[in-house]
Order: sequence, then structure tokens, then C-alpha cells
Amino acid sequence: MSLTREPISPAALLAEVADPGCGGTCLFLGTVRDAPEDDGVTSIEYTAYEAMAAAELDRIRAEAQQRWPDARLALRHRLGPVATEEASIGIAAAAPHRDAAFAACRYVIEEVKRRLPVWKKELRADGTTLWVDPQGRPAVVGPE
Amino acid sequence: MVRVRFFARYAELVGREELELELRLPATVADVVRQTRRQLPSARQLPEHLLAAVNLQHVRLDAAVQDGDEVALLPPLAGG
Repeated sequence: MSLTREPISPAALLAEVADPGCGGTCLFLGTVRDAPEDDGVTSIEYTAYEAMAAAELDRIRAEAQQRWPDARLALRHRLGPVATEEASIGIAAAAPHRDAAFAACRYVIEEVKRRLPVWKKELRADGTTLWVDPQGRPAVVGPE
Repeated sequence: MVRVRFFARYAELVGREELELELRLPATVADVVRQTRRQLPSARQLPEHLLAAVNLQHVRLDAAVQDGDEVALLPPLAGG
């Protein structure tokens, strides 16, 4: 399953794509970032339209596979609470040569950002929570 | 009948996660949004132009809706 509530293991992702025919492997981790200017983010709660997110991840992977047929791909997206510094997404792409590994990895993260029905609520040090809107200012939800 | 689903911030604004909607066909996703607003006063807080999906696929607001479809109204995406 690409959607998981467990911590993402970079070693497991790398093991999934390991292959004697691959000379280049690219690993991308997206991690939860603190925002000291906004009162400090202690963790982010990820929620999803799970059936669609799983279908969309399958489609993104299939598209990348079609563009780079020799590439091997592995990916995980976290759901539930994720603390700062922990990975919310991990993508590994291996290919015979580095160009395809970088390109496939980049394609997957950019399409995930554009298409995946996932939302995040920041939990801040002062106890407030915010739904993050990457296109605009987050809307204040209030203390929980 | 279509099943309308609300997620994340929209679910909080509307105060529920889904709604069964009787709809006169042919209809579009925009019609679903309009009728949802009419039927649920809390849904008037939703933006007029929003992201939507039908049966797990992103669609435009002018996409057709069939009987039995699942129409999801999606807040701005924030995955990754």
C-alpha cells in the first residue's frame, strides 16, 4: 500500500527498487517543516480521500512507468499525525542511468503535489490548528 | 441519486461528511454544487469554484454526473 500510517523507511524504499540493471537511484523525502514565524509547527495531521488518493497514486506511478519504462519506482505517503523532521512522503526511483532516475522521481513528486487528494492540518505550539492552503493563506480553525 | 462527499476543511464547514442528493438529469458537477447549497444552509460557506472529483477522478465543474455517481468536493490540495 502506498498510503501508510507507519513511519516511512528509506531503506525499505531503496530495497524495493534495487536491481542489478540500475546504475542510478534517486530518493526523495518530503519532511514536516517547522515554521517559527507562525508560532511553531509541532506536527501535521494528514487526511485523505483515501480511495481516490490510492487510485491517483496508481495512475501517477503508471504514467511514470510509461515515460521511463526501465525505471523502478517505490513510494509511500503518510496519513495521520507526522512530527516535524519526519517524512510525510518518500519516493525512490532507480534506473539504468541517473537522468531517468532523477526525472522519474521529480515527475512523481510534482504530480503528487498537483493531484493527490490529501490535506494537512498544522498543529502549532500554542495549541491552535490550521488547515494549510498551499495556494493562499491558511484558514484559522481555532484551538482544539 | 448521487452521493456527495466533503473532506477536510469542507467537511468541517458543512458539518458533515456526505449527503445523498436527488438530482434531475442531465446534470453537471456545478449543478450538484448548486443543489448542495440549496439543500444544506451550511454548504453556502463553500466557495463557488472548487475542485471536484467524480468516481475517484478529477473533473471540471462542467463534467456530467450520472445516477449513482460519487461526487467529491475537494479543498485546495496539500499532499506531499
